[in-house]
Amino acid sequence: MNRLAATALAVCFGVSACKGSTPEDPSKKSARGVANAVAAAPVTVDGSSTVALITEAVAEEFQKANPGKKVTMGVSGTGGGFKKFCGGELSISGASRPIKPAEVELCGKNGIEYVELPVAYDGLTIVVHAQNDWATSITVAELKKMWAPEAQGTVKKWSDVRPGWPDQEIHLFGAGVDSGTYDYFTAAVVGKEHSSRGDYTSSEDDNVLVKGVSTDKLALGFFGYAYYIENKDKLKLVPVDDEKAENGAGPIEPSLETVANGTYQPLSRPIFIYVGKTQLERPEVSAFVTFYLANAPTLSAEVGYIPLTPTGYALATERYTKRTYGSVFGGQGSSVGVSVELLLGAPPAAPVSAAMAPSGPPASAP
Amino acid sequence: MSTVAERAFIVLCWLAMAVPLLLLAFLLGQLFIDGIGRIDWAFLTSYPSRRASDAGILPALVGSVYLILLTLALALPVSIGAAIYLEEYGQRSRIGQLIEVNIANLAGVPSIIYGLLGLEIFVRFAGMGRSLLAGAATMALLILPVIIMASREALRTVPNSLREASLALGATRWQMTRQVVLPMAAPGILTGTILAVSRAIGETAPLVVIGALTFITFLPEGPSSPFTALPIQIFNWISRPQAAFGINASAAIVVLMITLLLLNGTAIFLRERLSRRPH
Repeated sequence: MNRLAATALAVCFGVSACKGSTPEDPSKKSARGVANAVAAAPVTVDGSSTVALITEAVAEEFQKANPGKKVTMGVSGTGGGFKKFCGGELSISGASRPIKPAEVELCGKNGIEYVELPVAYDGLTIVVHAQNDWATSITVAELKKMWAPEAQGTVKKWSDVRPGWPDQEIHLFGAGVDSGTYDYFTAAVVGKEHSSRGDYTSSEDDNVLVKGVSTDKLALGFFGYAYYIENKDKLKLVPVDDEKAENGAGPIEPSLETVANGTYQPLSRPIFIYVGKTQLERPEVSAFVTFYLANAPTLSAEVGYIPLTPTGYALATERYTKRTYGSVFGGQGSSVGVSVELLLGAPPAAPVSAAMAPSGPPASAP
Repeated sequence: MSTVAERAFIVLCWLAMAVPLLLLAFLLGQLFIDGIGRIDWAFLTSYPSRRASDAGILPALVGSVYLILLTLALALPVSIGAAIYLEEYGQRSRIGQLIEVNIANLAGVPSIIYGLLGLEIFVRFAGMGRSLLAGAATMALLILPVIIMASREALRTVPNSLREASLALGATRWQMTRQVVLPMAAPGILTGTILAVSRAIGETAPLVVIGALTFITFLPEGPSSPFTALPIQIFNWISRPQAAFGINASAAIVVLMITLLLLNGTAIFLRERLSRRPH
């Protein structure tokens, strides 16, 4: 009698544990592998919040076109998505940068092979306050000067970046360090992925950055093109000059044309989905991916991204239909200033790490 | 002199009450102005969409209601049981004291920690997966200390003379607890439950960790189904580039508050009935 409450507690937890433990982990995994065993199981997508906007649009249309087929989507960020994906929890992971070595290793350890498919471009835009009349263009070298780790404590004023700019403080706004956007921006501007000064206002929520830059006359920030387009009236775009004549001379503004044709460099980046090999044995997953590639051109533009060129999509589709496993980036993470067409047209540059050995031979160049 | 001091004190107290209320009224007013126009039947019964005007909150609303009901089903028996044990049986034992200290500490643990705990224990170890049940079990852990402490408080208000009287009449301890003490403490326990539900319904952090989804176009079919909840949907909408989604978020917040008021209203209704019942 004395132990009534204690036993009640134990029983309750025992029950809830029992309820849950009937589908043991291994059986769950094998159930996923068998294509027809779970016809009603949803296609599970997670990963980057950047890619999520496109995936959501595709999932919405896919489910309209295929009643009864289910798609669920979470947003854990590019890194969080890969963690789940390489643990075998997902059908598809969205990524705003290519897979990194550590993630390649994790996937390899768990025997997860994948197809890497570019679905659109995103142009990272450099923005300032609407009344900023001095920053009419900026070079990549100047961006590096203000964002590099060494800038902390030394580059404090606009005049420290370019003589002639006002002798006033500069306030920097940018993506949080857990995002794929931060990884790409630092790789493109600083030259080293995941390395920058720490004393800037960072947020994973781009609307916070929009608000920050649009209310601070001395601000400069970067975020995805979609957020600039929706807030055009409050912000001023700064054209970026990479000082390389071969991809368009002088400062270039991001736009549908300049991002897709590769002249807005180095801040255009391809964004991807990664699809698990065993997952593709499920008809609903392969149907979803086919639908994704077919509709990405229109849907990505609708939600504020820049579609690949038709050749780009054709190459991605070919990569998918031939089931070419592994990453064209050789698992090295963000690589800057490359077009999808060039990447997919050429065989993978570097031999992939040992963990990836079981994946098939690289696609023969078309 | 003393009357001046007293008046000043009263004004201070009044201000202390008025300032938070005004802030709350301002925030809610803003939300209602932004959101109320967006709420219609279609908003409540539609699935999420990339177009702000077509998007609705059905899976999030249903998910939130299921989640709270399941959470209560798990948390209430355990926490009331624990409160009864601590108050009626194990008050002076060493284990009782140890549990008491732990419960007081648990109430102060940040909710994200419960999320991480739930991820390890329920999602991974117990194999529940990223399901409604795992979410509810985690939420149950989160609100356990709140209900236990409120229930103990309620049990303590039952006069000892009543306990002694029923024992003197030959009742066992269990009969005394079930027939005399619990009914008298029920209104207080319900108050604690209201507080707990209010906390649980707005929680986002543990659910994000457990893996509540942001886009789902079907309703949960059972405890093992994947799910989403209103706070997650609100968070997702507010971080979008388009301003129209911000309005959707305001509308969803209004719905969340109405849901909370309805749930708590039910509890208050029950409490009134219970406390009016003749003993």
